[in-house]
Amino acid sequence: MKIGAETPYSRALETLAAWLLAILWVFPLALCAWTAFHPVAGPSSDGFAPLTLANFAYVWNAAPFPRYFLNTFILVTLVIVVQFTLSTLAGYAFARFRFPGRDLLFVLVLLQLMILPDALIIENYRTLNAMGLIDTIVAIAMPYFGSAFGIFLMRQTFKSVPKELDDAARIEGAGSLRTLLSVYVPLAKPVYLAYGLVSVSFHWNNFLWPLIVTNSVSARPLTVGLQIFSSGDQGIIWPIITAATLLSAAPLLVAFLLFQRQFVQSFMRAGIR
Amino acid sequence: MFTRKRRRHRAHDDAIDAPWVGWALFAPAALFLVTYTYYPAIATFVTSLFSDPKAGRASRFIGIENYRSMIDDPIFVKALANNAWYALGTIPLSIALAVLMALLVNRALPGRVLVRMAYFAPTVLAMVAVANIWLLIYSPQIGPLNALLSLFGRAPHNWLGQPDTALGSVIAVAIWKEAGFFMIFYLAALQSLPLNLAEAAALEGASRWYFFWRVTFPLLMPTTLFVLVNAIVNAFRLVDHIIVMTKGGPDNASMLLLYYVYETGFRYWETSYAAAMSMVLLVILGVVAIGQFLLLERRTHYR
Amino acid sequence: MKDWPVKTIAVLMTWVAMACALPAQAVEIAFYYPIAVSGPLTKIIDGLAADFEKANPDVKVKPIYSGNYGETLAKALTANKTGSPPQVAVLVASDSLTLIDEDAVAPMDQFIKTPADKAWLDGFFPAFMMNGRYLGKTYGVPFQRSTQVMYWNKDAFKAAGLDPERGPQNWDELVEYGRKLTVRDATGKVTQWGLIIPSGVTSHWFLQGFTTQNKAKLTNEAGTETYLDAPATVEALQFWTDLSRKHKVMQEGVIDTGNAPNEFIGGRAAIMFHSTGNLTNVKNNAKFPFGVAMLPERKQRGSATGGGNIYIFKKSSPEQLDASFRFVKWMTSPDQASRWGIATGYVAGRQDAWDLPAMKQYAKDFGPAGVALQQLPFCAPEFETHAGPRTTKALEDAIEASLTGTKTPDKALADAQAEATRILRSYK
Repeated sequence: MKIGAETPYSRALETLAAWLLAILWVFPLALCAWTAFHPVAGPSSDGFAPLTLANFAYVWNAAPFPRYFLNTFILVTLVIVVQFTLSTLAGYAFARFRFPGRDLLFVLVLLQLMILPDALIIENYRTLNAMGLIDTIVAIAMPYFGSAFGIFLMRQTFKSVPKELDDAARIEGAGSLRTLLSVYVPLAKPVYLAYGLVSVSFHWNNFLWPLIVTNSVSARPLTVGLQIFSSGDQGIIWPIITAATLLSAAPLLVAFLLFQRQFVQSFMRAGIR
Repeated sequence: MFTRKRRRHRAHDDAIDAPWVGWALFAPAALFLVTYTYYPAIATFVTSLFSDPKAGRASRFIGIENYRSMIDDPIFVKALANNAWYALGTIPLSIALAVLMALLVNRALPGRVLVRMAYFAPTVLAMVAVANIWLLIYSPQIGPLNALLSLFGRAPHNWLGQPDTALGSVIAVAIWKEAGFFMIFYLAALQSLPLNLAEAAALEGASRWYFFWRVTFPLLMPTTLFVLVNAIVNAFRLVDHIIVMTKGGPDNASMLLLYYVYETGFRYWETSYAAAMSMVLLVILGVVAIGQFLLLERRTHYR
Repeated sequence: MKDWPVKTIAVLMTWVAMACALPAQAVEIAFYYPIAVSGPLTKIIDGLAADFEKANPDVKVKPIYSGNYGETLAKALTANKTGSPPQVAVLVASDSLTLIDEDAVAPMDQFIKTPADKAWLDGFFPAFMMNGRYLGKTYGVPFQRSTQVMYWNKDAFKAAGLDPERGPQNWDELVEYGRKLTVRDATGKVTQWGLIIPSGVTSHWFLQGFTTQNKAKLTNEAGTETYLDAPATVEALQFWTDLSRKHKVMQEGVIDTGNAPNEFIGGRAAIMFHSTGNLTNVKNNAKFPFGVAMLPERKQRGSATGGGNIYIFKKSSPEQLDASFRFVKWMTSPDQASRWGIATGYVAGRQDAWDLPAMKQYAKDFGPAGVALQQLPFCAPEFETHAGPRTTKALEDAIEASLTGTKTPDKALADAQAEATRILRSYK
């Protein structure tokens, strides 16, 4: 988009600015990687000691990171599956059906966007404890099953599906559910991808609520595992901590590096609303 | 793909009038929303009106006593003030940076993909991970920040350990994490801007700066609104880095509201007081929500 | 087929016999423990639990690593409040009042039945029993205890012209040594601080070194009163503050507790005050010879005791309570106490553990291990009151305010005292 007077000079300046900012921005991660791959004698001694994987091996064995990975993976999958299902159904209801109180209900749903689950941790803990679900992966996921964001997103998406397609399906004898599955859902695929990526990102990195609701390794996700590992009252050993940090961040980071385009597109789509 | 004009025409005409089906479809989501959002919100309010049961004394109704104590509680007041400063520190800067990044990355740039990757990468990291990295950066003796400063002859500073820099240091971490995330939304918006506007401006010889301020930025208003709301919510909800880096210190210089709620509830076990403060938090965010909704409504009609 | 009644009865009787022969359903106890020292200690705990189960086949122990001390307390109390507490937990000794107020823990006294039990309870060091005793009853027994000790870098001492085998003995010498050991480069930037004393989390514990040395008492025994603004206490905080702000032998501001050992090991500070629990870390990672000694004295030697006691949670079934007591007794018996002490660097809490040949050898091979023990007679209990986390925070805010220069020590402590008095009003 070339507009106005633009000299090669200003062009170069912009490129330089972009690059400088990028270097500044990537520096913390680079530092983390640098420290993690160096032996414990530390970057503070001689910064050019040979690279090593010893820290990662130590971290892998010192705390049950494999289990944390598994827990996080199960958690995120569970959340996505349930959120998708519930949001699709609810979004469809709001988009295509008329029922008493619909508009008021939708406003209430929107309100939920502002009610932080984090501000409700104490009460939600009580509820889940009454159900005997404390320290389970389900407990971490449950408060997020009803997702106002998801409902909102699906409603917008479904509303923009041309009515003709809906009519066509019904003429062929499909009921509401059938129509949903055969017409609306396939057309919303890009939105599902977007929603999925945003949701995965959020829940993979969620910390405070999982911290409170899990006690033992069997349900603990990566973020909590990382923090518990790093917060021993004794010395912080930087190469170990940075190795643990990288290890926990690795899946999302690698996924991002490989599927950068899709990531970016998805977040963009989720935002276009 | 699906134009908007059509949608507005058809919105209410062809909604199916089948209340049972509508309700049935909404019910499962509604169940979870009520159980984990509305019920706890009300329960929190109720809890805030009763005292905590202590060994030897059952819980009793105390009305607004908690709310009165809050006003007298210097730490609560500090947390509220800090949160306001924190919001003021993170929001404008991260949005400005996001716009800048989007503009930079939106054009053909050598190494564009790498640059975009650099800006967006912090978004996929957990805040606890980010906080650990920055703990190292801010480390007084071995941290690179002080190392850089000493290159310029400045004395090393104890960033997280001095009250004048603790909050600012934490704000910097939040900006680093958020700017790239907001950039994406601006990118999307920029790419959907009509091209003829640019051409017209070029024909008239408008300067790029002028063009940006008078044309682009106003057109980005909807995005800015969306991003603003996100940023405000995050300013109150994200305290992971406080937990890792400063625990609210030194001397409450970096104490934020949600962190104080967490400490009060899970370290001091003053559940009812924590509930009262949670209500304050909910009200603040509720006000923002309503504000956003009203503005959105106005904008939709305007368009 | 005609003899089926006989066959049936035979089968039934076999079943009954088998059922009687089966051991009773094992009692399960959940054991929350923190890791406050680095090292693959979860494996050792698992080993200890397994050994206990071997000796006690009717009990199953489920060790659950729950983070650092603060997190473990939060978990234990949350679990207790919502009806599913652990049976046994290792928590900071000064958490006892909090646990008692939350009606979470059972006094050990109710389990003492035999003379052997009594001997066990009496066998702990009195200094370590001070936190955990309330109204004549004992609520937690020492499991992994510590005191502050002073570490110093012998090479740095030599370079500064000081005798590497002799640490500073009193406050004046501390300042003097600090000055000699603070090294600045050509630009005036400090490359080696004389001292490093943590002031991040648990700063109150480090203040207590100075207050104990100055014979200042911080609380009453019942935990209902504090004396934070007493002159001796203010003096102690003033001295600590002066180290960085006046004498400039220590970095200004709040010093992260977890990072302090790194600074010492990395040669960026010559003298470090820290928990004896860091011994193993320093021993394994310092590339220089180092000395360990008691903290410098003023009116007397002194430190606060620290570290974790092991508690029995009361909301369990009678079988679980019994199993918990057996587990606690076993974990703190001389053999296990010495095993854990050697592995972690924490101080084994009873004399007969130190009398064991393995411990004697360990103390001989590694002199510093015995320093904390020497300091015990001069130790004060860790700061503990009702609503402990709140009052501790008031004290720590005061410490932080003073160290960062935001308030003078007497103003900071006066404010803390006012706050603590307000908090404790409802407990009197």
